[in-house]
Amino acid sequence: MAEPVRTDVVIIGAGPVGLFAVFELGLLDLKCHLIDILDRPGGQCAELYPEKPIYDIPAWPTISAQGLVDRLMEQIAPFRPGFTFNRMVAGLEKLEDGSFRVTTDEGEIFEAPVVVVAAGGGSFQPKRPPIPGIEAFEGESIFYSVRRMEEFRGHDVLIVGGGDSALDWTLNLQPLARSMTLVHRRPEFRAAPDSVNKMYALQETGGLEFQIGQVTALKGEGGRLEAAVVKGPDGDVEIAATRMLPFFGLTMKLGPIADWGLNLHENLIEVDTEKFESNVPGIFAIGDINWYPGKLKLILSGFHEAALMSQAAKRIVSPGERIVFQYTTSSTKLQKKLGVA
Amino acid sequence: MAKITYVAFDGTRFDVEAEDGSTVMENAIRNGVPGIEAECGGACACATCHVYVDEAWTDVVGEPEAMEEDMLDFAYDVRPNSRLSCQIRVSDALDGLVVTVPERQG
Repeated sequence: MAEPVRTDVVIIGAGPVGLFAVFELGLLDLKCHLIDILDRPGGQCAELYPEKPIYDIPAWPTISAQGLVDRLMEQIAPFRPGFTFNRMVAGLEKLEDGSFRVTTDEGEIFEAPVVVVAAGGGSFQPKRPPIPGIEAFEGESIFYSVRRMEEFRGHDVLIVGGGDSALDWTLNLQPLARSMTLVHRRPEFRAAPDSVNKMYALQETGGLEFQIGQVTALKGEGGRLEAAVVKGPDGDVEIAATRMLPFFGLTMKLGPIADWGLNLHENLIEVDTEKFESNVPGIFAIGDINWYPGKLKLILSGFHEAALMSQAAKRIVSPGERIVFQYTTSSTKLQKKLGVA
Repeated sequence: MAKITYVAFDGTRFDVEAEDGSTVMENAIRNGVPGIEAECGGACACATCHVYVDEAWTDVVGEPEAMEEDMLDFAYDVRPNSRLSCQIRVSDALDGLVVTVPERQG
């Protein structure tokens, strides 16, 4: 078992609200560690719409979503938060001393007296393509990511999609596979042109097949895939496939959070509006993942929630310590923490 | 203003008076048309507001732009008349538009 990392606050989700929580908690001398399933900070802002302008961030008439994330990272840098990316929080348990133990799907352990759920719309997970009966093949013949390339050696591999993941794995697995087929619904790709050219070059020399169309049915038994039916421009085509990798983007799922005994309101965590604490003392929820009467899913609401939550978190981490309310404009103490005084 | 008719997957018709400049997705959400999810809130960043534009209207509504085509890769049962409804802006020219909601969104 991995050595537990002790910190003051574990923040689940490194989207804009989770990031800003580091700032508010940091002003109160609380150390934070953030865990996110994506490979970088920013949450939906980074994953879904990095180049889209946001118009309702106070004092920013317009800012791109990635720009907002970059500036938040700059703003919280003085507090040196810890980050663990590419991990889903799998378990949460209460320890005897009243603190919480948070475990990731890869076995890392974090312990802290306060847990803040800032998980937005939930964790990003690969989207399951809507093909009837696909569940029966998942984990056996159909995978949404490549953990070990060897598992594809000698197989008839079918890759579905037109983005970078689809093209990269088509090229990487092609030398191992017995046969390789790429299926995409149109001749244009989202992937890097260089990968697309390489794919077409391999098609020319017979190294792989490229089929335009959409997979509509799967054939096989007991989880063992044998073929896929592709509806193409000239009707249905059956393609031999013993391994399939669909790349249909990501969707958001609440995931294991649903099993932590938190009161939920339509898949959102119910909180009070004084501390944004759930029904479990010490577990807070801020941003899009929480619910209270009048809730608005706005980034700016999440920022406000982070500030109020931090006051309550401080009382848990440092019981009995007097909290002096201070402004960053005038307090040299706060300015020292920010590295500007 | 334009009257837009949404035909749900079960055949139920929803007639909606839509304001110019709003999107076909927004009007569907506001009027509770079943089957339009709009997970990303209209940023052309998911494919859960997918509709089929009635054949008689495809020329008026027009073709999707490149980014929308990219997102349509993630939609279910994409057809030549597929569009993401968050990318269709309402104008007087669309008065009478009919769109059909697919069996499922992605």
